[in-house]
Amino acid sequence: MKKLPKTLNLTLKIWRQQGPQSKGRFEKIPVKNVSVHMSFIELLDSVNEQLTLEGRDPIAFDNDCREGICGACGAVVEGRAHGPEKATTLCQLHMRKFSDGDTIVVEPFRARAFKVVKDLVVDRSALDKIIQSGGYISVNTGGSPDANALPIAQETADKAMDAAACIGCGACVAACPSASAMLFVSAKVSQLALLPQGKPEAAKRAMSMVKTMDGCGFGNCSNHRECENTCPKEISIVNIARLNREFFKASFALEE
Amino acid sequence: MQLDAKIPGGSLEEKWDRHRFDLKLVNPANKRKFEIIVIGTGLAGGSASASLAELGYHIKTFCIQDSPRRAHSIAAQGGINAAKNYQNDGDSIWRLFYDTIKGGDFRSREANVYRLAQLSNNIIDHCVAQGIPFARDYGGLLDNRSFGGAQVSRTFYARGQTGQQLLLGAYGALMRQVAAGNVEMFPRREMLDLVVVNDQARGIVARNLINGEIESYAADAVILTSGGYGNIYYLSTNAESSNVGACFRAYQRGALFANPCFTQIHPTCIPHTGDHQSKLTLMSESLRNDGRVWVPRNTGDIREPQDIPESDRFYFLEEKYPSFGNLVPRDVASRNAKEQCDAGRGVGLTRCAVYLDFSDAIQRDGKDVIAKKYGNLFEMYERISDESPYKTPMMIFPASHYTMGGLWVDYNLMSNIPGLFVLGEANFSDHGANRLGASALMQGLADGYFIIPYTIGGYFAGTTLEPITTGHAAFNQAVQEGQAKLQRLMSIQGKRTVDNIFRELGKIMWEYCGMSRNAEGLDKALQLLQNLRAEFWDNVLVPGTDKNFNKSLEKAERLANSLEFAETMVFDALTRNESCGSHFRTEFQTEEGEARRDDENFCHVSIWEYQGQEERPAFHKEPLVFENVELSQRSYK
Repeated sequence: MKKLPKTLNLTLKIWRQQGPQSKGRFEKIPVKNVSVHMSFIELLDSVNEQLTLEGRDPIAFDNDCREGICGACGAVVEGRAHGPEKATTLCQLHMRKFSDGDTIVVEPFRARAFKVVKDLVVDRSALDKIIQSGGYISVNTGGSPDANALPIAQETADKAMDAAACIGCGACVAACPSASAMLFVSAKVSQLALLPQGKPEAAKRAMSMVKTMDGCGFGNCSNHRECENTCPKEISIVNIARLNREFFKASFALEE
Repeated sequence: MQLDAKIPGGSLEEKWDRHRFDLKLVNPANKRKFEIIVIGTGLAGGSASASLAELGYHIKTFCIQDSPRRAHSIAAQGGINAAKNYQNDGDSIWRLFYDTIKGGDFRSREANVYRLAQLSNNIIDHCVAQGIPFARDYGGLLDNRSFGGAQVSRTFYARGQTGQQLLLGAYGALMRQVAAGNVEMFPRREMLDLVVVNDQARGIVARNLINGEIESYAADAVILTSGGYGNIYYLSTNAESSNVGACFRAYQRGALFANPCFTQIHPTCIPHTGDHQSKLTLMSESLRNDGRVWVPRNTGDIREPQDIPESDRFYFLEEKYPSFGNLVPRDVASRNAKEQCDAGRGVGLTRCAVYLDFSDAIQRDGKDVIAKKYGNLFEMYERISDESPYKTPMMIFPASHYTMGGLWVDYNLMSNIPGLFVLGEANFSDHGANRLGASALMQGLADGYFIIPYTIGGYFAGTTLEPITTGHAAFNQAVQEGQAKLQRLMSIQGKRTVDNIFRELGKIMWEYCGMSRNAEGLDKALQLLQNLRAEFWDNVLVPGTDKNFNKSLEKAERLANSLEFAETMVFDALTRNESCGSHFRTEFQTEEGEARRDDENFCHVSIWEYQGQEERPAFHKEPLVFENVELSQRSYK
């Protein structure tokens, strides 16, 4: 017979904020009989059921796929973006990683470029703006050559894939002391600069995306490496080195 | 009702070429005068928005999530099929076409499926040009694998994240068009209604999910790419926000719904552990290549798996299907697993699971070989379930995964409402009664990149569109109806949360309109659904207000649609008195317990026309004509 599921009694100390202009505060919410099989998102679901039945306002939080790939979810749990588990999004963090009696502090991703929408929901549209400024290869639909016309070394394709695994959740920004989006920007710049298809625009892309990042209010990289440590997809800061290289090359290649 | 699928004449191979030539063109200078609304930014919506914007049309694109990059296409793992025949193993456009038609159990259109197979090759070319890092072999050429029982290796993949990479490619193309000013992006919007003026789709009404405002948008055409309705079962592999709402509102406005009972249940998902469970995670079905499926032979055997001796284990797939064993198709594997659990042989916390055991494979090939093949899947399993499949058998259970049914469209992917186009999973056209693995990504991208850019031009060039603004009475009416519905939801202030009622809907559908169905159960479902609808409108509790960010209200609005739509699914399942593909009616099976198709009476698309709330929808048929393939019966014994 399987062991009976263990349950936990916890206290959530969770950030509540009505809107971008309102002042936020921590609220303590006791939670009883939490199944260890729940994900952190399911914990929030069950707290919301409880709050709803008590006539209180449920906690607003973003989530969608609940399998760690869409990048919608995220909160700072116990001082770490996406919580204490390595290489894990909030939706894949399970309650068995916590202990009975724990008080768990939950806050939104904080950065100047990410305004709080409500409670744990933040506005990450700045990341879309950065991609708009060059995070693609400018190719129209139709007229592409045969897919095998351009061989790409397996190792290169693998490195590009490592960088392309970014889910755009913004945890790297939340973890960075300067709230920099360098890891995010470097992942896209690296993916496309590594591949021959991305070379023609490499210089323009690096300049433009860094400029947009600065314009959106993100800070600069300060080599703390918190970003790669917290990234749920373990994107390496090797990509930031590659971005720096691309950026320097670009500043020689492009005349402003 | 006269339904014309507008399938072009000529031989199968020539139809699309011929049709593209026959379609009238829109002068490049005139394209910018047309406004198109696209609902959804998955593979179909992202690719359609980008491609149409590249042509010069002005696009307004809407998505539910905070960013278009999060649409649920992102979660597809396995890969995308194409008939490139790079492996020289006998693949061809014809073979991909045939496999897809046969896989769909001969309930899809030949012409549509053939075009899909043709376009599959263009997709791969385009995606490589976009910089999608597909897997490559040592020589630097693209790698392929065999997927879902296919006998050729035609699946292109990017690790276990093919959907993510393809979606980010389409998203990049979309962002490029946003930067160019050709696409206006509206994130965090939910479509509440379709606006039809003079029998043409001319706009939408949407709720701004941040501030709760109801907004109107006018256009010359509307493209729905809002995905499927697999979430009707509550527990599914779909994302939380995936829902039938946009399609259902179009259905209420007169668009026809085709084959709603064709829903795919995927056999290898991680089982649920209790009522708190909100979704099920899928694991690649490649696991069945080496895992052996079993349950305890005796009901009520609650010993740990390692304590159950070989003689007390029931390898039910291997015993029932000696030649295919654990590799029977998705629907057969799923149905048998549920049968065993219903018979009291289920395992795990909720007794709703079967074992998938790798111990023989590990003994045979060694742990390293198995780790190389399935390491990432084992890791994913362990993360969720806290058990290592190297040491103890995995537990799996089927989960709702994809819906083949959808809004009816003709060969141009236009619904019966002129100007309303439907792409991707939201339409019904290509997968018949069952979809093959690695074909969903292919269809979404074929529709968006390579079909709609041609067919929408044909529509504009051949249609007169009167100028219209959001000041038109039809917009006001839709806004008022939307507002009234939200206010009604807010005013009930009952005792049950939205999720609580939603779970009950899921259980009804899973039990009576899931993997196997029968008339008695379906009749019961109709009664239960009617009661649950009444309960919902009487006793739902939605906190907060409708004037700001309110997830509970969003969910309540979606659930109201699902509760009504569920009934159409049940009617469809009741009306189709045969078993085919994913649709298994227990009354219609062979002596060996296999699906018994009835080509004489049911070789058609079942089409439903909305008649009003609590009214039975009207039923129509589109006969399916097979000129190029012979209908055969499958057997996995």
